[in-house]
Amino acid sequence: MSAPEVHHLFHNPIADHSFSADRKTLAIARDTTVELYGKVGNAFKLKDELKGHDKTVTSIDIAPNSGRIVSCSQDRNAIVWEPTDQGYKPTLVLLRINRAATFVRWSPNETKFAVGSGDRLIAICYFEEENDWWVSKHLKKPIRSTITTVAWHPNSVLLAAGSTDAHARVFSSFIKGVDARPDPSAWGERLPFNTICGEYLNNSAGWVHSVAFSPSGDALAFAAHDSSITVVYPSAPEQPPRAVVTINTQLLPFMSLIWNGEAEIIAAGYDCEAFKFKGNEGGWQLSGTVEQKSRPGMGGDQREESALNMFKQMDLKGKVKDDTQLKTVHQNTITMIRPYQTNGDAVTKFSSSGVDGRIVVWTV
Amino acid sequence: MSQSLRPYLQAVRSSLTAALCLSNFASQTAERHNVPEVEARTSPEVLLTPLTVARNENERVLIEPSINSIRISIKIKQADEIEHILVHKFTRFLTQRAESFFILRRKPIKGYDISFLITNFHTEEMLKHKLVDFIIQFMEEVDKEISEMKLFLNARARFVAESFLTPFD
Repeated sequence: MSAPEVHHLFHNPIADHSFSADRKTLAIARDTTVELYGKVGNAFKLKDELKGHDKTVTSIDIAPNSGRIVSCSQDRNAIVWEPTDQGYKPTLVLLRINRAATFVRWSPNETKFAVGSGDRLIAICYFEEENDWWVSKHLKKPIRSTITTVAWHPNSVLLAAGSTDAHARVFSSFIKGVDARPDPSAWGERLPFNTICGEYLNNSAGWVHSVAFSPSGDALAFAAHDSSITVVYPSAPEQPPRAVVTINTQLLPFMSLIWNGEAEIIAAGYDCEAFKFKGNEGGWQLSGTVEQKSRPGMGGDQREESALNMFKQMDLKGKVKDDTQLKTVHQNTITMIRPYQTNGDAVTKFSSSGVDGRIVVWTV
Repeated sequence: MSQSLRPYLQAVRSSLTAALCLSNFASQTAERHNVPEVEARTSPEVLLTPLTVARNENERVLIEPSINSIRISIKIKQADEIEHILVHKFTRFLTQRAESFFILRRKPIKGYDISFLITNFHTEEMLKHKLVDFIIQFMEEVDKEISEMKLFLNARARFVAESFLTPFD
């Protein structure tokens, strides 16, 4: 396993990050701006700043094929940034929400995107040719609190969402004229807009921080604030699920999770490092960490033992041991992890962004 | 450190570490606002169950977590009237300078002597484990400080009384 690729960009929190398809451009949500970094050699250099929001940008996503960037912010707006020869052209989206927009993701076919919001609804946005703007339809029905996260099914119709009312739900976001009729799956056969295909409550009513469909789309995983991950296997439409497996851990809660094939989940969060879970319908368990602690090159360990250094520390800081550094690469909460390099369904590399302003690319 | 202090501080430390899992969360009741939910108390679903860690009836810590902020209130040991006055003066001195302490709350919660309010913005710019260390160290030091002040006060009172009574000798 090779060492992780660490990019320490600045000392502000990174709410979300997204790489372009060629992995040469990196978009980062920093405070009220979206920053674009270009790869120069092995480092990332600031290339462009997209200014258009006037409150914290909460989420960002680059569509891999079209290169369009969508960003959303606590100022209740989402903006689609279209790449042109003169730079990025912003288009405001008609979201029709009046609370913060919290999370945005492009659908896999890139014709729609979903915006979660504090208005207790999800706006499904699509492009209307005749008016030449992005309009939205609202998924409202059983949502009782802020949407914290959304994730798309590979068929671009089903959408999973997690919210602070402790539920993970699966909706249909079928829009006539935009989507082709999806193939029937275990989640449902006929899927008109706002069909609820599944609704799962976290056992201890913890807020759901992250949801993800497995690569095939036939299983759903969600991470909640009680430090658990729940994996749901649906059986048939309108039937109770085949299996619901909950993995309780003694760790701090997970903020983000991704699937690595059908039998592994990688999750990271307040523990500042990523963990691997392995299993299937029969059961899941924690199988280890991605990061190897006490790496060579950390240094420090030998230096601390010298007497000179001990007195130096006592003189400078009034204590013998310097314990400000955590042993992990990320020095603060990991906010988001995303696949970086995939081989079929398996993730070979993934990237993580943290509150400490670091972007790290990990090899699984 | 006395035998009962260590498990008490350890319990507070683990509870704080678990409670300090904060994220940026905009208000769902007020448009374009981002307020500490533990203070606003407008959405019950984003508040967690408050937790009290008590060493005895005079010393306890109340931890009130929420999605983007946490409130920690400390009841400092007060054995007699003098300690009561000293604690009052000491916490007043600190709370009047609350801006320079960042996480200090201007007014303590009822029934407690001093309160801290930590929001997600504090955990973003400061190290979380050092914030926990700070609270623990504060709890350790404050008792020491108060008893030192009490000793000093008694010594001074004795000295004053002595010099006052010398002419009548």
